[in-house]
Amino acid sequence: MGLPGALPVLNEKVVEYAVKLGLGLHSDISLRSKFDRKQYFYPDLPKGYQISQFDIPICRGGYVEVDLPVEFGGGHRRFGITRVHMEEDAGKLVHAGGDGLSGSLYSQVDLNRAGVPLLEVVSEPDMRNGLEAAEYAAELQRIVRYLGISNGNMQEGSLRCDVNVSVRPKGQDKFGTKVEIKNMNSFSAMQRAIEYEVSRQVCLHEEGFESKIVQETRLWEEGSQRTITMRSKEGLADYRFFPEPDLPEVSITQAYVDSLLEDLPELPNTKRRRYESLGLIMQDVLVLANDSDVAAFLDAVLDKGADLKLTANWIMGDIAAYLKSEKTSISDVKLTPATLAELISLIKDGTISGKIGKEILPELLRKGGSVKEVVEAKGLSQISDPALIEGIIKQVLSSNPKQVEQYRGGKTKLQGFFVGQVMKATGGRVNPTVMNEILLRKLTA
Amino acid sequence: MFPHLRLSGSLPCLAAMPSIAPAMPTPSHLRFFLTSACPPHPFLSFGKSFFVRYCTRIGYTKPYQDQDPKQCPIPSKMQMESSFGGIVCKSRGCQTLCQPPGANVQQRPVSEICRIRDDVLQRKKSAVQITEDYLSRLHETEPHVKSFLYVSEKALEEAAELDRKLGNNEEVGPLAGVPIAVKDNLCTHDMPSTGGSRILEGYRPPYDATAVRKLREAGAVLLGKTNLDEFGMGSSTEGSAFQVTSNPWDLSRVPGGSSGGSAAAVAARQCAAALGTDTGGSIRQPASFCGVVGLKPTYGRVSRFGLMAYASSLDVIGCLASSVLDTAILLSVMAGEDKSDATSSKKDVPTYAASLLPLNLASSKPFEGLKFGIILETIGEGVNDGVLSLIRDAALHIEALGATVTEVSLPTFSKGLPAYYVLAPAEASSNLARYDGVRFGFRADGDELVSMYGQSRGQGFGLEVKRRILMGTYALSAGYYEAFYRRSQQVRTLIQKDFRTALEENDVLLSPVAPTAAFKIGEKANDPLGMYVGDLMTVNVNLAGLPALVVPCGLTEGGRHGLPVGLQMIGNAFEEGKLLRLGHLFEQTLPKINWTIPSVMDTKI
Repeated sequence: MGLPGALPVLNEKVVEYAVKLGLGLHSDISLRSKFDRKQYFYPDLPKGYQISQFDIPICRGGYVEVDLPVEFGGGHRRFGITRVHMEEDAGKLVHAGGDGLSGSLYSQVDLNRAGVPLLEVVSEPDMRNGLEAAEYAAELQRIVRYLGISNGNMQEGSLRCDVNVSVRPKGQDKFGTKVEIKNMNSFSAMQRAIEYEVSRQVCLHEEGFESKIVQETRLWEEGSQRTITMRSKEGLADYRFFPEPDLPEVSITQAYVDSLLEDLPELPNTKRRRYESLGLIMQDVLVLANDSDVAAFLDAVLDKGADLKLTANWIMGDIAAYLKSEKTSISDVKLTPATLAELISLIKDGTISGKIGKEILPELLRKGGSVKEVVEAKGLSQISDPALIEGIIKQVLSSNPKQVEQYRGGKTKLQGFFVGQVMKATGGRVNPTVMNEILLRKLTA
Repeated sequence: MFPHLRLSGSLPCLAAMPSIAPAMPTPSHLRFFLTSACPPHPFLSFGKSFFVRYCTRIGYTKPYQDQDPKQCPIPSKMQMESSFGGIVCKSRGCQTLCQPPGANVQQRPVSEICRIRDDVLQRKKSAVQITEDYLSRLHETEPHVKSFLYVSEKALEEAAELDRKLGNNEEVGPLAGVPIAVKDNLCTHDMPSTGGSRILEGYRPPYDATAVRKLREAGAVLLGKTNLDEFGMGSSTEGSAFQVTSNPWDLSRVPGGSSGGSAAAVAARQCAAALGTDTGGSIRQPASFCGVVGLKPTYGRVSRFGLMAYASSLDVIGCLASSVLDTAILLSVMAGEDKSDATSSKKDVPTYAASLLPLNLASSKPFEGLKFGIILETIGEGVNDGVLSLIRDAALHIEALGATVTEVSLPTFSKGLPAYYVLAPAEASSNLARYDGVRFGFRADGDELVSMYGQSRGQGFGLEVKRRILMGTYALSAGYYEAFYRRSQQVRTLIQKDFRTALEENDVLLSPVAPTAAFKIGEKANDPLGMYVGDLMTVNVNLAGLPALVVPCGLTEGGRHGLPVGLQMIGNAFEEGKLLRLGHLFEQTLPKINWTIPSVMDTKI
């Protein structure tokens, strides 16, 4: 509210988060940084100034590594980071009384988030198209989620993005006039907004109207899929930055940074490189490393000694399908990594069939428990005892003498019929390898 | 006639203050004249003292100590009646001698807080009675002084609640029943808080400033909100949007500012003590003008939470009272770390009053071994002679208490004022941006947003505030930042360095508080620069963030009763304890002056 006499206090957590993010982005961490006031009048800014970091941000430099999606041609990119700084959020303007900003009759101010700390990451102008920018943003989202410093949710405004777009003729060193775009609430909207803006600017260039590209803030209109002018920045705004006298300098020790570095989780890019080196194809790598919870689950299963490819297939196949249909997440299901490892190993050693495994998975996801218990409780364990199987086969053959005769007469296709009968008699629990071997022996005997 | 009047002829020191010697002295003038002009006792050894060098500097080559003791003009019988050193004896002699016959001899400043606490705890008076007494005196004097913007309607209720607690033998705080006034730029949840500005007329904050909350918790009864220059920007309290406060010593004069309402209220005994704020001298200068004690603590000692920010890096909350002991008690209550103010200090808060010795326990030379430095740059040209001679007397008195007083030069001293008038307005331009008519306070109509902003601020702010916002905005603008803001910050660093050096060699630095005593209402109204120059001796202390105590040291010519002048004592950061201890001894040993006879003081409480 910016009440008379109210003072700001630095939230300790944001410093920790800033350092973590800086480490995740390979930035230089400033052990001493300070806050400044950025001054302008606007209804969403209750104090008339925003507490931000101007000349000494907490992190400087760094980069983000991105693997572009295979379906878009793939490839690896590295985008530079200019800085990460801490600042306070402004309020939120709600434009009411019309459809969209352009037609609104009045505006309302929601100050609930005003003064809440946020981290602003400024990138270098390294992205060459909408896709790269969207992938950069998605990787940033992955990083903050991996680090546990934000849920990165764009709809809620936990992750917001302003993009600056400029174009220049091939061979020109100097960047063209940059245009800022706001109001994109998804990565795909970001990608489309940039592509629209690039083509708008290129068209102006081609028609010789490059002077009409002015420094301004444009708004992405989702409905009409285009950008419109919001406000033009005539000349440079003078924010009259000066050091914030209400907050002391932020001073952290190298030991503190080191301790955070030590506790840093494996980040998406490292994870991708590891999965790749373990032999997964890039498409699977991208899926598995996309969500930190999923990746953590996978890693935990692997820790129990399970096979990577089998585990990956379970996670990307049946488990993913279940999560999707039940609209839940891997951290909310009852299935533990140990159980999945158990399931995989029981299938591998023939205790249960893969089919049974798929059948009991939903129950394990819903209720938990160990695979063995479920299998035993339901009497689902595989029959692998040759003597037992031989007995069953004998019975099947004796109750179908006509078919046996036909088979022996050369109609070998009937083997499938016998398999089906054995399966029927055992409820599908028979070990197919053992059964086939005995069945063949009996039929040809 | 009085034999010692011959002094004026034989002592060249007196030439420095010709305006003071009246042709036909009235008793009160005479009293002043003698207390300020009595030479040091010749038996006292001054060494290479301030006095010797002072006399030398003004052309008097043969100080008293080199002369025959028999030539001492003070009658020997007056040199006997004190437990203190000869000079105190001498001073006392003068005082007694010059006291007009039948005058009510005021005792040395006593602690109002202790007196009230005694009354309350020993059930001599109820808290309600005490509050009623003060309120009736307040209402009686207020039409003349106009120091209050708001008088609490709940003070008696609060007092009654205290009496109830006392009746139940419940614990009460150290300020139980003490009626205190609060400067109106400090937020109070139950009284309007306007900062003296039209833009916050009638504004009621939803919370108490930390300092105010602590006073309440200590049992203080808040009497009301005192007048000030709008948002603390001014040195006369004429900059209030609502009313002009008068100096109780002479109603045609200003009480100083910006805490003029608080200082006048204490001087007129409308309250036992008052809170003030000090950004460039706003506690100290009015304390000096009104003859009360003013304490500006170290930056960070008292939480600023709830103080309407003027210049955040300079603002400090302090107090005004009628004795040093009272300011010590108040500081212990108010000081300490506050989670809501990131610039508040974590340092422990001592019980300041505990080290303030009663006079009878003090040795005859309580300042033995201490070094005082009088800031050379504050006793030169442009300073009123009457003020100068009182400050010199105070220095002599300090020497008599056993300390050495030397002159100290702070080479960058004169750079402080211009630096202050860049930095303070720069921060003000930012701090006052929140008064935009959107969320609270005054709002003017406007066709659209920007004109609403403009109209609200244009009509809501007063002239001086607008002037400082403009100056500050200019100083921070692109292209001027380096030349003004950055440069001033560099000056600030130099001033801090100078103070550090001077305070390494001295325990305490001394200076006048202002170049003059209280000036006439309207005298500087159209002379903002003249007003700014008056802050010369106080702003540097804020730039360095140091604590300073102002103790009344005498009366100079003016008005019917003379005009008070205070002595500024500056110490190292967080050494309020030392300042208060020394200030207390200084106050308690100073030749008696009747501090309680301003024109509005005819009724006694």
